Amino acid sequence: MPVQSAGSVRSAASARPVPPQDPTETTSTGELRAGLVAAEDLLLFVNAAITATGQREFRSDAAEQQLSLAFLHEYVQVNHRSLYAAALALDINDHNAALIVERLLRTAREATAEQKRTEGRLIAARLALLPPQRVYRLFRALRTAGVNNRRTRAVQRDWLAARPDLGLDAVKYRRWLKSAVRHSHPPARVLDSGALSAGRAGELGDFLFRPGIRTRYGHPLLDAYRRAHYEQQAVYELPFTVAEGFAARHRVPRERFLERIAPRMTRLEKLRTTEATGGRTGERELSELPLTRLALYALSLPRAERAARRTVLTAALRSAARRSAGAGAGSWGRVSAVLDDSYSSYGSGVKRRRPLAVALAAHFLLEALAATYRPHWTSGLTDPLMAHPVGPTPLGTRILDALEDSPDRLVIVSDGWDNAPPGLAGEVLRLWRTALDPGRATAVVHVNPVYDAAGYDVRRLAPSVPTVGIRDAEDLPALVEVGQFTEGRTGPAELRAYLDRRTERFLRRYERHLPDEGRGRGGGRNGSGSGYDGGKAGRV
Amino acid sequence: MSGLDMTGLTTGPAQVWGGIRLVPLLRDAPVAGLRLHRDLGTAAEDDPDDPCDGPWRVSYVPHAFVADWSGDGAHGAAYGTRLGPGSGTADPVRIPVSPRRHLTRRVREQGRRGRVPRATDRLRFLPLQLALAGYLSLHFRGPSTAWDEWSRSALQRGLSPREEAAYAGASVPGLGEALRVFEIHPRQCGVLLYAADALAAAFVVPHPADYRALHGTLVEDLYGELVYQYAYYARPLPAFEARLGDGRSVRTTADLRAAARRAETEWRRDHDSILAAGLLTDGYRFERVYAMDGFTLQRFLPGFVPGREQHIGELIRDHKGRTAYLKTFRLSEVQVRRGHLLDALHREDWHPGRTAEALGTSVEELARRIRSAGFGSLLKHG
Repeated sequence: MPVQSAGSVRSAASARPVPPQDPTETTSTGELRAGLVAAEDLLLFVNAAITATGQREFRSDAAEQQLSLAFLHEYVQVNHRSLYAAALALDINDHNAALIVERLLRTAREATAEQKRTEGRLIAARLALLPPQRVYRLFRALRTAGVNNRRTRAVQRDWLAARPDLGLDAVKYRRWLKSAVRHSHPPARVLDSGALSAGRAGELGDFLFRPGIRTRYGHPLLDAYRRAHYEQQAVYELPFTVAEGFAARHRVPRERFLERIAPRMTRLEKLRTTEATGGRTGERELSELPLTRLALYALSLPRAERAARRTVLTAALRSAARRSAGAGAGSWGRVSAVLDDSYSSYGSGVKRRRPLAVALAAHFLLEALAATYRPHWTSGLTDPLMAHPVGPTPLGTRILDALEDSPDRLVIVSDGWDNAPPGLAGEVLRLWRTALDPGRATAVVHVNPVYDAAGYDVRRLAPSVPTVGIRDAEDLPALVEVGQFTEGRTGPAELRAYLDRRTERFLRRYERHLPDEGRGRGGGRNGSGSGYDGGKAGRV
Repeated sequence: MSGLDMTGLTTGPAQVWGGIRLVPLLRDAPVAGLRLHRDLGTAAEDDPDDPCDGPWRVSYVPHAFVADWSGDGAHGAAYGTRLGPGSGTADPVRIPVSPRRHLTRRVREQGRRGRVPRATDRLRFLPLQLALAGYLSLHFRGPSTAWDEWSRSALQRGLSPREEAAYAGASVPGLGEALRVFEIHPRQCGVLLYAADALAAAFVVPHPADYRALHGTLVEDLYGELVYQYAYYARPLPAFEARLGDGRSVRTTADLRAAARRAETEWRRDHDSILAAGLLTDGYRFERVYAMDGFTLQRFLPGFVPGREQHIGELIRDHKGRTAYLKTFRLSEVQVRRGHLLDALHREDWHPGRTAEALGTSVEELARRIRSAGFGSLLKHG
């Protein structure tokens, strides 16, 4: 059911009467107004697409999140189709990227030829960035929805052809690949490409659809899979997730299995299993993790252990922050931050401590970006490594503390539920802007890691302060750039230009590599193409 | 003294969720010498870093908490709040409850709740009907039967004639969610619970750790019919947001801070004088139940004035009369009227003629009222 509205999402959602707008209206004010509405909708949508994952949050359950997000997708797709597609070029999360691709492919006939061309390029570029399991899930969703137009088949064919090793996919994502092949019927040359061409032709088809017909396979993984049914040694040639099942079948003791499979594990698999078996993740593994992931890991440890490994953890966080800051290190001047470690920063059982981890990662990133840096945690915490979600959210008081440092830049990381007392943060920021700092000597930005399902946006603190959604603290510098558009001091034209620039850069980055090697994310047999981890650095 | 002495407790900023408003009560320093009974408080106490967690001499067990005090696996519900020595050896007066039924509940609760890991040798919930009937029978006067005997008959045949309607917190719409998302203050020792801005319950404990241990149990407590209805029909409430004016007098951040502090004080004053006025009035009658080491356990009854907000409850006062522990239950209008009637009967020693005279009515009318209040079986016919 398409949602058509001339007003913005807020007005559409709150059913406030909106003055009807003539679509053929060509006066400059009409255009301006339409542009403003589109800009507002886009920013709102991007905030949602960065933060919302359709999972349970502290204050809303999964169903509410999904319902709210579905409405937003439908609204933007129907009313601003080209902006909707362009969102693929921004730092939105994988969940929303997959949703956008699915919707674009489902509603292909609503697009013009020009739109289709851009959409095709954007989809291809985005799919290359998505983890394979998400893409396979997307293909499955398209199959369930009965979408099998020529574009969809082409997209699937191109993505499959770009996979570095379909043999690995056939073993690791066996059912998903089977479903995708059955749905889109890619040409035989796609299935026999890459490492599979070394084996005998038609091998993959037989593996997927006629198991048992061949006595051996040319592709080492396919053959290992065949042998693993009866040979324990072959188990250790397979990817971890597949080998796990076989190991259980062969009744291999867990410790022995984990020890021997270690070289086949991805980084995150190693991280998870080491902690689960009581081991400790070494310095080297930690130094490879992205900043927010590292913060999540640090917070997952009991506080006693954090204290015991303080130097290692702090060093890892600092170096990850320096890597993320890159050339921008030290360039932000005097920075103060208000970081939310109230009880609600626990998130939910499925997004455990995510808001707190974003705050912790932001703490280290800002430390690297700033010349002088002063953090203000809502609980009054002085040792960030010991952060723990507890207590109320006295944002207003903390913002006052931070403003007393008279910083060049104030960054607020919070879910926006200011409750001790409620509304004080907004009032403090309003008076600061109007009475104390009308010259805008201090730039204030609020980044919010939590999507508010009821408000179709992340929760704001004050109209005078730009609020942007955030998923990974690493994106902070780019988000601060986006933040200026929400302040209302730049027009829709600038936003449009910014978006075009980002789209251009995004497509160029992808298409430059097109003729040569890895169009995908360069997954080796070792499974680096299967994790949730990498890839962030590849985004703009 | 006929009012509640809330000295030492300051009102914190309220948190709103849907139709429920929760107002935290904060203490600068915990009440010295009184803590939750060790068997119940194991999860919350023993924090070596907490300077407030000094030695304590007296412990209490809140009403209707079920625990294994016997040590042999038999469970009992505390009948009325108890005071005991701090060593944790005292055995509170309890009503034996059927272990089979409750053990299954314990298992389910452990699986369901992610809160404090429960020790396997104790469990905590209200045996709902028993607790309520017991609670009200503690407060309403009138001919009473021995509790043990009566509770047995109540378990077998229901609670007639002294049945009181009440709702478990879990069935009050939105309450569970409001309690879940509530962010407990570090110094918080109590809460005032409002449904649609009508005071539903007050809960005060002596120590922040006790509060943290018992916060979740508010959803298992009982609330009056009125609370249920208000929560059911309530629209989402607005938060009382801080307002700092137009900022004409603000020149520095210090001014801004002063304005913020003023807003906080205003909220505190408005809350205490308007929202909580019904609880903090005079006119309570206190009954001293138990005293130990300067602490006295008391129960109180309101004046039973029909048409006004009335609470019954239990409290523990320290030697200066300040409230260390408080738990209230809001009566519905029907209950207030019934209480009024029973009260009048009690005052006149159950003499119909004198009671009717005191109420300014006839004996026939009084009999009708007694019958309609559900006490018909107490009347001698003929």
